[in-house]
Amino acid sequence: MWQSRSVEIWVGLFVAAGLAALFMLAMQVSNLSVMSTEGAYTIDSHFDNVSGLKVRAPVTIAGVRIGRVTGIGFDSKTFQAVVTMRISDQYDKIPTDSVAGVYTSGLLGEKYIGIKPGIDDTNLKNGDRVKGGQSALVLEDLIGKFLFNKASEGPGK
Amino acid sequence: MVELLRSLGRFALGFFERLGRATLLLLNIVRGLHELVPRPRLVVQELYSVGVLSLLIIVVSGLFVGMVLALQGYNTLVDFGAEQSLGVVVAMSLVRELGPVVTALLFAGRAGSALTAEIGLMKATEQLSAMEMMAVDPIRRVLGPRFSAGVISMPLLAAIFSAVGVIGGYFVGVGLLGVDQGSFWSQMQSKVDLYDDIVNGVVKSLVFGIVATWIAVFEGYDAVPTSEGVSRATTRTVVHTALAVLALDFVLTALMFGEH
Repeated sequence: MWQSRSVEIWVGLFVAAGLAALFMLAMQVSNLSVMSTEGAYTIDSHFDNVSGLKVRAPVTIAGVRIGRVTGIGFDSKTFQAVVTMRISDQYDKIPTDSVAGVYTSGLLGEKYIGIKPGIDDTNLKNGDRVKGGQSALVLEDLIGKFLFNKASEGPGK
Repeated sequence: MVELLRSLGRFALGFFERLGRATLLLLNIVRGLHELVPRPRLVVQELYSVGVLSLLIIVVSGLFVGMVLALQGYNTLVDFGAEQSLGVVVAMSLVRELGPVVTALLFAGRAGSALTAEIGLMKATEQLSAMEMMAVDPIRRVLGPRFSAGVISMPLLAAIFSAVGVIGGYFVGVGLLGVDQGSFWSQMQSKVDLYDDIVNGVVKSLVFGIVATWIAVFEGYDAVPTSEGVSRATTRTVVHTALAVLALDFVLTALMFGEH
């Protein structure tokens, strides 16, 4: 009897350790704790170009993450990209005339959405649209512009 | 020439015959699983020998794999000034790949071979036939508990492996190499996704658990009932499980993480 009881205790410990490991992976390693979905509102924004931006990219104000990109779509009337974002409820004091932009973290880092706060007294709420400003930086466009400027300076130099 | 064709045909027929037998056995086991519900003690006993006794090797290997990942990852990342991402590297590779795969390989060596040898010896000493004489179905009484214990313990063992590996990586990365503790965890948390990475890792280890235990149980049940037959069956278990796990891992990875 003692034998089988210690077996049961060991099995119980094993199962508990396994579940605890799963729990630790879920809470400590993954984004579950960050993404706690209780209370969040959705806003969207139009951009000329969002190349490189991915779903789940961070949305920041002043470098502080306040939400995530939840969807990237295409508006076939204006030929613009529509980016929907979920903003955590604790950041509900964002003025309506704020401007969103697509930025890159670091030289080679991932794309994220940065919101520059405006000065309006009314705040953004669920379903509102933020003005889209700065589009994603496309290296080819940049080089093209640079070459064009060089060329227009003339052959004098 | 004819001889060559003949042996080729014999090989192919033998292969398909074994595959068919293995599938029928799996169906029989699954059909008998509900009979274990009123007798959980049988499964608990097997959970002990399959799961608890594998804990030590899983914990030790997980710790060292995590530590090595942190060391190697640091050496590469530090060239790009990205050593803050060490946590992501360690956690991603453990949760997505190394956890399920290495656990399955260790599981085949530690528990699968033991299962095969046990069942094969039961067959060789005619214990299985004796059960049949007493109108006890050995598939339900012997194979069922072992199969379900293997399938239950694999995901738990893989989770323990990954968790211990992350802790090992943390010790080396933060403790020895001086990566910032806050960015180690926060970068990990912002990049590792609960559904994309962790749930898919658990699904992977569940599939590996089914395959590894299935192969082990089948090889034991199908072994030639001699001492040489049992030893061959044990070897085949480890080899076939390793091959099946690695091949399946490619398929599962392509299915889960392919489209990004």
